Amino acid sequence: MTTRIDTRFAALKKEGRAALVTFYMGGDPDPETSLKVIKALPKAGADLIEIGMAFTDPMADGPTIQAAGLRALSKGITLEKTLHLVREFRKDDNETPIILMGYFNPIFIYGVEKFLADAKSSGVDGLIVVDCPPEEDDELCKPALKAGLNFIRLATPTTDEKRLPKVLQNTSGFVYYVSIAGITGAARPDPQKVAASVARIKAHTTLPVTVGFGVRTAADAAEIAKTADGVVVGSALVEAVRQSLHADGRPTELTMGAVTSIVEDIAKGVRSVKK
Amino acid sequence: MTIQQSLNSFRTGPDETGHFGNFGGRFVAETLMPLILDLEKAYAEAKADPAFEAELKSFHTHYVGRPSPLYFAKRLTEHVGGAKIYLKRDELNHTGAHKINNVLGQILLARRMGKTRIIAETGAGQHGVATATACARFGLKCVVYMGAVDVERQKPNVFRMKMLGAEIVPVVSGSKTLKDAMNEALRDWVTNVHDTFYCIGTSAGPHPYPMMVRDFQSIIGKEAREQMLEREGRLPDSLVACIGGGSNAIGLFHPFLDDKSVEIYGVEAAGHGVASGMHAASLNGGKPGVLHGNRTYLLMDGDGQIAEAHSISAGLDYPGIGPEHAWLHDTGRVTYLSTTDNEALDAFQLLSKLEGIIPALEPAHAIARAVEIAAKKPKDHLMIVNLCGRGDKDIFSVAEHLGGMA
Ligand SMILES: Cc1ncc(COP(=O)(O)O)c(C=O)c1O
Repeated sequence: MTTRIDTRFAALKKEGRAALVTFYMGGDPDPETSLKVIKALPKAGADLIEIGMAFTDPMADGPTIQAAGLRALSKGITLEKTLHLVREFRKDDNETPIILMGYFNPIFIYGVEKFLADAKSSGVDGLIVVDCPPEEDDELCKPALKAGLNFIRLATPTTDEKRLPKVLQNTSGFVYYVSIAGITGAARPDPQKVAASVARIKAHTTLPVTVGFGVRTAADAAEIAKTADGVVVGSALVEAVRQSLHADGRPTELTMGAVTSIVEDIAKGVRSVKK
Repeated sequence: MTIQQSLNSFRTGPDETGHFGNFGGRFVAETLMPLILDLEKAYAEAKADPAFEAELKSFHTHYVGRPSPLYFAKRLTEHVGGAKIYLKRDELNHTGAHKINNVLGQILLARRMGKTRIIAETGAGQHGVATATACARFGLKCVVYMGAVDVERQKPNVFRMKMLGAEIVPVVSGSKTLKDAMNEALRDWVTNVHDTFYCIGTSAGPHPYPMMVRDFQSIIGKEAREQMLEREGRLPDSLVACIGGGSNAIGLFHPFLDDKSVEIYGVEAAGHGVASGMHAASLNGGKPGVLHGNRTYLLMDGDGQIAEAHSISAGLDYPGIGPEHAWLHDTGRVTYLSTTDNEALDAFQLLSKLEGIIPALEPAHAIARAVEIAAKKPKDHLMIVNLCGRGDKDIFSVAEHLGGMA
């Protein structure tokens, strides 16, 4: 099985540069605006897109992404509508990989088999589900692989040498290295430690390794792009959108520009590194 | 054949992957997974070490004041005119609730593991107070996450925790109650993996917590069993306990699960009534889902978004329940009932006036159903109600609810 994710990473490898992976919360600040944002991401320089599936209790997320999820929920986002965003996006982009990221409960309630089938037919390429570690692979990971979706696993600073093979075992698409022990949008990663960890993971797998959590600026991104195959930016984007909103949460004429300018800027950082 | 008939024992769970039937498990972020595996290993080692048990026992005797009495509630029994009602008086424990049983076990374990910083979530503040107490006793740093709403309605406990040297972090995310405190504690743990031990206050969370907390709380049921045999020469006929996450209840129930003659009742918080949608009764008004590291019954909407729980009792105000209870519910071994806010307030006053014991609002929920069940039983029926906490922490909020009357 080859997904858009595999194809994109292979193409970037030829191009000799790292990928910019952007995370954006589906439905934030409202479903229509979030669709506009997601549609604008590839042109601004995003190579892969992660769409957050809003959840009331995101235990690995910091205040920025928590708030984005709650904004989206207050404007009526559901898992069904998040899949609809993907279908709309696919109408004029059949290349950019889409990865849904979130927590297990909404998927479990939607029904795992039905969700996987609907995700696949909507044009989703992969899943990142934070609270499904390898110990729970029977729940979602294995059914997802069977349904033709990539299951992208998180490796973290606490994943030691002994555990790494277990984490990598059923991982596909790419490996997402969480650069810090912590929640999204919190501490800044230490580039030297990240480089060592990426090298450690690469010794165990041929999959591309992307790095996320705490990356905010073009300089951060460039630093990480030297060693990793991809750089993930999330909270910085979400925060830029939040700052552009009216006090009551409605988008302003600045909202779209706020997203595209930060993505363009960080993309420059990523693309400045030739490999 | 029902599931119940097909099981030889209700006391062997969880399996090695932390499941009670379909419930439980380890649904946590990868960052925490190695920590949870470490904890599982350390707990298994401690459990096998007689020195650990001896140390825990010594603290139970000299610090907590165990065994707690099994008290025959004569006037309550006469008032009801049915079963003989006994109260298992865990409200007499140091710090005023059953929570200390579990905390001492976990803190002794944390010390064995070389952890120096303890975090906890708390609802009513009883688990927070117990944790702050044990941390003071062992000179450990203590950070307690508490929903901002609960900080407001359980002020006496907030003050106690501060006196004991704990740092209180009011949680303003989400519904600002217990579930959000648990989210924040998990976020802290993900961030401070090296020195921090997460001391969970109820029989929920990822494996091995539900099992470990149950084991530490089972002292309640073990004692009650011996005490009843000594007093009446036979086992009780029924057990009643309130359910927040379910730790006091599983502690009382577990040693009796295989005694088929013992009827077992768990009591959830019905808030304004299960039909109103404003309640905390996950078994009676929820369905299975995944939150806080385990699969269990949860309150949620049709899209899997977690709903806010509602209860007058901060300690029961949680939209989930420990996975072992979910399993005991599905197998039919335990019957789960519920009590509304108003019924709990009535029971709170009833016990205070008849027995001179002011219960916490949490066990007042158990008292309300116990009185009703006892009324229908013959006079030789022996019932044990878990009086798992005292009401000092609640007097101000109860006074507010009762208006001028108090
Ligand atoms: C006195 C008392 N009883 C019961 C509970 C509910 O917890 P659990 O169901 O774990 O016993 C609490 C929780 O704060 C409590 O303080």
